[in-house]
Amino acid sequence: MNNIINDIRDKARQLLAEGKVDVVIGYEKGSLPLKATPFFAHSPAEVDSLIWDETCENNLATYVAKTPGKKAIVAKGCDSRALAVLLQENQLVRDDLYIIGVSCTGVIDQRKIVAEVGEILEAGINDGKISVKGMAGDKEYLFAELKDATCQTCRYPNPVLEDVHLGETIAVSQEAPAFADVIALEEQSAGERQDYFKEQMSKCIRCYACRNACPLCYCQECFVDCNSPRWLTGGVNRAENLFFQAGRVLHLAGRCVDCGACTRACPQGVDIRALNRKMTKDVYTMYNHEAGISEDGKPALNEYTTNDPEQFLVKE
Amino acid sequence: MKISKEKFGQAFDALVADYKVIAPVSDGSGIAFTEVKSFSDVKQDYLNSKLPPKAFFFPQHEKLMSYKKEGKDVTVKSELKVENTILFGIRPCDAKGMLLLDKVFKNDQYTDPYYYERREKAVIIGLGCTKIAPTCFCSSFEISPAGSEGSDLFLIDLGDSYEVEVVTEKGKALADRLALAELTADEQALVDKIKSAETPSKIDVSNTTSKLDKMFNSPYWDTLQEKCLGCNVCSFSCPTCHCFDISEEVRKNEGTRVRTWDACMAPLFTLHGSGHNPRDNKKTRWRQRLMHKFNYFVHNNGSMSCVGCGRCIKSCPVNMDIRQVVDGANKAELVVE
Repeated sequence: MNNIINDIRDKARQLLAEGKVDVVIGYEKGSLPLKATPFFAHSPAEVDSLIWDETCENNLATYVAKTPGKKAIVAKGCDSRALAVLLQENQLVRDDLYIIGVSCTGVIDQRKIVAEVGEILEAGINDGKISVKGMAGDKEYLFAELKDATCQTCRYPNPVLEDVHLGETIAVSQEAPAFADVIALEEQSAGERQDYFKEQMSKCIRCYACRNACPLCYCQECFVDCNSPRWLTGGVNRAENLFFQAGRVLHLAGRCVDCGACTRACPQGVDIRALNRKMTKDVYTMYNHEAGISEDGKPALNEYTTNDPEQFLVKE
Repeated sequence: MKISKEKFGQAFDALVADYKVIAPVSDGSGIAFTEVKSFSDVKQDYLNSKLPPKAFFFPQHEKLMSYKKEGKDVTVKSELKVENTILFGIRPCDAKGMLLLDKVFKNDQYTDPYYYERREKAVIIGLGCTKIAPTCFCSSFEISPAGSEGSDLFLIDLGDSYEVEVVTEKGKALADRLALAELTADEQALVDKIKSAETPSKIDVSNTTSKLDKMFNSPYWDTLQEKCLGCNVCSFSCPTCHCFDISEEVRKNEGTRVRTWDACMAPLFTLHGSGHNPRDNKKTRWRQRLMHKFNYFVHNNGSMSCVGCGRCIKSCPVNMDIRQVVDGANKAELVVE
């Protein structure tokens, strides 16, 4: 890991020193244990703060269009997929963007730790083991035990789009996605699913952290903020919360890259991803489409091909 | 004075008949303040709730009034409903937060009936902190983790019993229903020890207000805001944030006027009817956020409007840490204008 951090710093230093970019967007160590925080290096003197490890959980693609000038971005697989969709949708200028690709073995799900040992006082990562000193006890974990749910089903740990690759690449299974989590939900009765989403939606406080963390929620005016017509009130209740969450998922149909940034951003622990994953599975099944796996191509709903499975259409 | 937890529990259960009782409960993903019917439902070992208890006086979405037009007749109805309420288990940071909200909602210029009538009818039973989270920094604001300021009745957990401090007349009325006993010398020593604790994490705010007086045009705001996502988590989880929006929810001939929490990071915040927004970017919004808490509020109300509860730190999706933000302002170089 140390080598790759040095490589990232060297590359960032070079890009800034040569004036190829105005800013390098990466991660630095956060203020809390096991937390990284997005970092914007504007000069070669700042690059030594850059880090890369299993705590780098944010999707940095969300910052790219909003950051002026030429920029480099440290991109893991899901960040690069989001960049690919943004490029497909003409939201970015490719020439203004330099992608420093890094392969990702997954990020840590802090909630699992806090649920077991309480608030984290100190923690260290060493050789794939995470030792934690918590307010309610100490524990040593294997990284695999703490891997975020999103990363457990990740099929693109290597960047799909990059200008340079740093560090090793990760071997990837070529099998079709299994969607076991979605199937488990589909197999429940309608009543069970309704109960599950009622519970989840009752937790939402409409802080819009999910929307703002999402690299692909970039509408100039989100439908929830629109007051003419007013689609939603500010009412925080299950029905309106579901309307917001379901509306957001539908807007992301064929575009969601399943990075899990929304779920990790949620302060209330709402299982937002359950809705996104169902949509991802449906898009895969109906259109044989995975979002953002190359710079070419278009989002599923922007394209018609006769090869689409599209079982819902009348046969010609 | 003290009371055994068993006796306190019995008294608590009796209070449920006369009051709506709000207390911390575990909701599966954390602690929430919720109405309870029995002391056995109350979570006693907790750091603090995910969201502050301000919503019981200042709800996130509140109907102020409703109106209806029939022919030429218009009827207007107040929607204010007030109940006698007990808030149990309020931490000292949140109790102080309520005192700060009081300054906003009842002052020499204005009294907000919706907030204040609920507040008047509520009794705060504070509970001192015996465990301090790494994100807690209340001691920065002269708040003690086991201080009774802002509570009506204040308890400290001594294991099998609570130390009881009567703080206000409202608290005394409740204490009269409790069978109180004297503390032993050992218990008094434990109380003294708990009361003398400070949060390990503290920020220096001694010169922050005067520094911010000179920082309106500082380049500090340019880089500070870069990683902020612009969501509302920090405001919604803050015990002192109080900005709101008033809107009409109208359908045909009837409607309601509602008040909804606003947040300085939201795109609609201070958006004018003309379409102009004086704070149309994260830079000006972050300046507003920090200035409001550590400068404007001090000038207007005589104290900072941060109580160091640490919720915004814990909940921020990108680890924006208000302690670092204040520290950065303290250290920022001043530009000569």
